Amino acid sequence: MVSGAWAQYGSYGIPWIAGTSPAPRGIDGARFFTDAERRCVDALVARLIPTDELGPGAREAGVVDFIDNQLAGSYGRGERWYMQGPFAEGLETQGYQSEHPPAGLYRVAIAALNAHCRETYDDRPFAELSEDEQDAILNRVETDELEFVEVSATAFFEVLHDNTIEGFFCDPVYGGNRNMVGWDLVGFPGARYDYRDYLDHNGAEISIAPVGLMGRAEWDVD
Amino acid sequence: MARKLPPVDVVLVGFGWTGAILAQELTEDGLEVLAIERGAWRDTPTHFPTTVAQDELRWYWRKEMFQSTARETLTFRNNRSQTALPMRRWGSFLPGEGVGGGGVHWNGQTWRFLPSDFVAASHNVERYGPMRPGMTVQDYGVTYDELEPHFDRFEKLCGIGGKAGNLNGETLVGGNPFEGPRSAEYPNPPMHMTFAQHRFEAAAKELGLNPFPGPSANMSQPYVNPLGCQLGPCTYCGFCEKYGCGNYSKASAQTTILPVLMKKPNFTLKVHNEVLRVKLDSTGRRATGVIHVDQNGEEYEQPADLVILCAYQLSNTRLMMLSGIGEIYNPSTGEGLVGKNYCYQVMSGADVFFDDKYTNEFVGAGALGMCVDEYNGDNFDHSGLGFIGGGYIACWTTHNRPIERQRTPEGTPGWGSAWKKAVVENFRKSTGVGAHGASMAYANNYLDLDPTYTDVYGRPLMRMTYDFTPNDRAMAAFLTERVREIAERMGGREIKVSPREGPYDSMPYQTTHNTGGTIMGSEPANSVVNRYLQSWEVSNLFVMGAGVFPQNAGYNPTGAVAALAYWAADAIRTQYLRSPGPLVQA
Repeated sequence: MVSGAWAQYGSYGIPWIAGTSPAPRGIDGARFFTDAERRCVDALVARLIPTDELGPGAREAGVVDFIDNQLAGSYGRGERWYMQGPFAEGLETQGYQSEHPPAGLYRVAIAALNAHCRETYDDRPFAELSEDEQDAILNRVETDELEFVEVSATAFFEVLHDNTIEGFFCDPVYGGNRNMVGWDLVGFPGARYDYRDYLDHNGAEISIAPVGLMGRAEWDVD
Repeated sequence: MARKLPPVDVVLVGFGWTGAILAQELTEDGLEVLAIERGAWRDTPTHFPTTVAQDELRWYWRKEMFQSTARETLTFRNNRSQTALPMRRWGSFLPGEGVGGGGVHWNGQTWRFLPSDFVAASHNVERYGPMRPGMTVQDYGVTYDELEPHFDRFEKLCGIGGKAGNLNGETLVGGNPFEGPRSAEYPNPPMHMTFAQHRFEAAAKELGLNPFPGPSANMSQPYVNPLGCQLGPCTYCGFCEKYGCGNYSKASAQTTILPVLMKKPNFTLKVHNEVLRVKLDSTGRRATGVIHVDQNGEEYEQPADLVILCAYQLSNTRLMMLSGIGEIYNPSTGEGLVGKNYCYQVMSGADVFFDDKYTNEFVGAGALGMCVDEYNGDNFDHSGLGFIGGGYIACWTTHNRPIERQRTPEGTPGWGSAWKKAVVENFRKSTGVGAHGASMAYANNYLDLDPTYTDVYGRPLMRMTYDFTPNDRAMAAFLTERVREIAERMGGREIKVSPREGPYDSMPYQTTHNTGGTIMGSEPANSVVNRYLQSWEVSNLFVMGAGVFPQNAGYNPTGAVAALAYWAADAIRTQYLRSPGPLVQA
């Protein structure tokens, strides 16, 4: 960080201070979910990006670990979001308007979702429903047909959906896209920074193994 | 009580593209220049090396590249019957923060506006008759010919790659035949096109259009600019917009100006200091300096002979309002000018899906594209069409970052196995064609101060009242059909057209091309600043940026923003410094 004394620059060229490069922070082991919440989110993300004959899904990518860690950190607390009131419902064109930052939204929405499931499906929480039952519920959450009392079901679905995509395709340093399964699935080569040799591909397939910000696991040398 | 600091000749508020340009120009005359930036110091090897830059989650999705909405955002509503609510996180646009501003995370698509864009009111009224009711379009007060040398300077500063279509009035094959006459060829050749651009080019030619390479601030080859700054060749890594460039391959303040400017003894940069307001003398007609606050909350008064607002359009407009300079626009009465003529950009497009061809769009660059300009500005006859203006149509291959982009064909569900299958099948085999439409000013689209919500300092947030206008919708409908005609001919299996429908939504990313609010014009009755970007009210105050556009053209704005900055700097150096005072008599 730049201290007050260093906040003024000029006349001696580009200022440079050792150790100020913002290296990727990555996953830090912190957790937000209770065991029950974790089971619920694990089941939810597995329906959004299922494991199927095409290949790995959100489970193999570690999406629940990614979300759990994100919610335990500054994202979960909405530290970069404007969270001053008053809060109002808002129009679709006005975006997220809940008074809950993402972590709080998950907590309240999961409780409401599980309460609904237990009521409707013989005391079974979302994680214990069949995949067809889960899909039916998710469809209703997505469209706000299923109403949660404290938070908007659609707002929760949108955040969950965003976070699931993030966890499936982010750099593996964040705990999602584990072993780069998301990138492998779609053929994204990751954090490569020189494709000049491929400019004349002319519509042919480019198939190169992905690399992350930290390289690839097999590059590690003890 | 603010602590009073020693005076300087010039204080610049904000330090992105326009701040760096003004600092570089005005220090040449020996002036003592101080730039105050609220964000952090940032430069290539420390902050955007390739081991840090290519992090989609962090820079875009967690918004670490942009202003923190926790400190300040704006409120938004579509119209005056609604209650504006805060944009709690960025969506449709992404204002920058820190040294280099938004110029760090731009794509680098660097256009000149058309000659007719600068006279949009008089030109269109003369040709087509009166404008639609409610339209408040007006002329810039400066012409293309006056700005031409300044466009040229910026292109050379940046090493823009492209192909001239009109060199001193002579039409050249392969360039944009509709552009205004340019005094020189682009300093660099065009970018190296890929498969998608080849298909777009062929389709456009089949339709009798004139495709040309998009003008690019990504380096098509190594380049040394007139200041002696060296830029490296672009490596087509697909992380331009929303990211810093780790390869010194994208023109920015960092790569084109700062290595020279930061060595000058008469230049000082102060970071992590936010300007709260411009301080006026008792007459209200002269700025005595600015009040700024450091990270510890200490306030300072910085006296200066000349104050230049170089922040983002939204911040410049708000700073004028918070400083009490000029009257805030009121749509009920039509009175007031600050905040008037807020405009944006009207985007629409189509995705193209191939069966047996790979577009491999991760091999991309921010300004790698082929374009056509037949349907921009007044390049075509608008008789009977019911709108003015237009936009360029392009096939840019900017990236294939997977969190941001999963193109799927019409009818694909949003999740589940069917979605996954569609993503897997199309991820490497699709491209997009987009229309980059103009945005015409209307009386009901404007900026003012929010009555309810405040920033971290307790000051009112800006309130945006905006929706697409009847002109926008008619124009976008027309442009979208032209997009469809091209997309259908690119040899894909199918296309998916995304027309511009429904109200403006502040959340899905569209462009960071917010304009207006401090508009320029011919007289104090119609504008906030004169043709030299000088405040009509306070003659030692100048306002840079796209806020001065009376309405937005069908192009990305940075080229015009920079040309206007050079034009204003030139007026300050050659006219104002000799005889400080109004450069245009009201």
